[in-house]
Amino acid sequence: MATIQFDNLGHSYHPHPSKPEDYALRRLSQEWEDGKAYALLGPSGCGKSTLLNIISGLLVPSEGRVLFDGLDVTRCTPEERNIAQVFQFPVIYDTMTVYENLAFPLRNRKVPAADVDRRVRQVAEALDLTADLKKRAQRLTPDAKQKISMGRGLVRSDVAAILFDEPLTVIDPHTKWILRRKLRQIHEEYRLTMIYVTHDQVEALTFADKVAVMYEGAMVQLGTPQELFENPQHTFVGYFIGSPGINLMPCTLGNDHALVDGIAIPLPDRAVPTVGGKFELGIRPEFLELTRSGSAGAIPVQVTGVDDLGTSKLATVRLNSHMLKVRLSEEQEVPALDAAIRFPSRWTKLYRDSHLVG
Amino acid sequence: MDKVQDNRAWFLIIPVFLIVAFSAVIPLMTVVNYSVQEIFGPGQTFFVGTEWFEAVLKDERLHDALVRQIVYSLAVLAIEIPLGILIALGMPGGRSAKTSLTLVLLALPLLIPFNVVGTIWQIFGRGDIGLLGATFRAIGIDYNYTSNSAHAWVTVLVMDVWHWTSLVALLCYAGLQSIPPAFYQAAKIDGASKWAVFRYIQLPKMRGVLIIAVLLRFMDSFMIYTEPFVLTGGGPGNSTTFLSQYLTQMAVGQFDIGKAAAFSIVYFLIVLLFSFIFYTIITRTGEGEKK
Repeated sequence: MATIQFDNLGHSYHPHPSKPEDYALRRLSQEWEDGKAYALLGPSGCGKSTLLNIISGLLVPSEGRVLFDGLDVTRCTPEERNIAQVFQFPVIYDTMTVYENLAFPLRNRKVPAADVDRRVRQVAEALDLTADLKKRAQRLTPDAKQKISMGRGLVRSDVAAILFDEPLTVIDPHTKWILRRKLRQIHEEYRLTMIYVTHDQVEALTFADKVAVMYEGAMVQLGTPQELFENPQHTFVGYFIGSPGINLMPCTLGNDHALVDGIAIPLPDRAVPTVGGKFELGIRPEFLELTRSGSAGAIPVQVTGVDDLGTSKLATVRLNSHMLKVRLSEEQEVPALDAAIRFPSRWTKLYRDSHLVG
Repeated sequence: MDKVQDNRAWFLIIPVFLIVAFSAVIPLMTVVNYSVQEIFGPGQTFFVGTEWFEAVLKDERLHDALVRQIVYSLAVLAIEIPLGILIALGMPGGRSAKTSLTLVLLALPLLIPFNVVGTIWQIFGRGDIGLLGATFRAIGIDYNYTSNSAHAWVTVLVMDVWHWTSLVALLCYAGLQSIPPAFYQAAKIDGASKWAVFRYIQLPKMRGVLIIAVLLRFMDSFMIYTEPFVLTGGGPGNSTTFLSQYLTQMAVGQFDIGKAAAFSIVYFLIVLLFSFIFYTIITRTGEGEKK
């Protein structure tokens, strides 16, 4: 197990990158703690797989260094780094039994037979594969095959980190949930450093201690699920995490307030920059308060629709030209005519050129 | 919807019936018909039962040809299959000029007509003007495929290897190209050796194309005719007379239609039997166990 450090890491698939857009992974310096579960979250093409392959050693970055426990491993092979990786589609050795598949990484490393047997049975137990151990891997379902792929990663007790590249893509939703919990349990038990790539926010938030959100090759925020939700550092995080995402409105700035379409929204006790860039005001639907007009600090809006989601309600309101989403509890009444919203100052975020400034 | 009850479906099937009938069933039945008759001339035929089959099974020359044929086909498989796999493993991957060039070079022997292949090797092996023959002569080896049966035999075999190994290599290459890169990456991470990658990833993934390669090469080599006919004419002696050639001699040379027909049927059954055996062996080794 190891602490993973990125030192001015960057990667471009172009031979002579000049613009920031040429980079699949933009400059990154960070330290990831030993024994934590990390998730790399972002849409397709955001650079998360590039970063994962750099960590695993399948790809040598064009710039910067990767350090494991302070040791420069930038040019080391996955084997030298002692990394395990699980791929998107199950990789199994068709001609071997499940047992042989799980034992393969250990046998290649000349682990004594007794230890191999103990580890294989342990992992098979954890992944519910014990009954299938003697079966030929080829005959199993895609779910079971992916479990074997995971098992081959988990079977090595001494790995620096286990990397998962969207491992649950081929798994049906119910099993997905079970497997994710299994992984989580295994993580809590063995305290392995795990890195999990996904484009599914639920998967990332339920699995990881810390989630790294990536967007256009840049890591826009690394934080706990709660931090990502409550304090998105970038509009993309606000938009990508949460369902629906954050409400965003272009604004201009006054002394202690923001002006959206000429309507003042107070931003007290905040040192906000007043110059430069494009400003946006953001607030999550969960934090907007729907009341009746006339109450203090409330801004009149027009309710254009309410969706009942079963456990909560989602109201769509119009504030001049902006449509905002407001999450309400099931019991809460939606005022028909004299609706108004309030922006709690703590949850009202100000972004300049997509980055949080206050 | 109600089912339409009429016989229109027959119209759709008839073309296939006709094609199969004219291309396979009728010719085969003609042969069966000949194999049980003695034919002296048009209209002068007599039913002889299994006499021709008995004659075929007792024919010493045929036994020799059969043994020769089996040894030859097994030698072809033993050389061409491993060699083809080796070439495929060594071929460059990806879409590059190097790949295209390799593919074209490999495909060249496959594009040459069979009798031209025979002619090429006939000249190639000649001691006076052929590059191969002259080279052997220059280094002091008395190589002569027209008088030495061992030399003739090896020449026919090498010619076949030269002609057909490409096919095996191309098939295996296609099989290798279909392996997703994740398999190689996973093997790297699992610490697999090169041999283990071959044994547990590449070979199992090539099984499908290897079945085709083995069957094609077996059937083709078992029915080889043109190349040895052009190169050695079956000689010296009978040393390179394979089954097809003996059959042709019987049917066309001696006009022994009845015996040749019986022979054809036996020949057909042998090819079928061997193909079945090979197919079963390869499929079984892959599956390992019965379901």
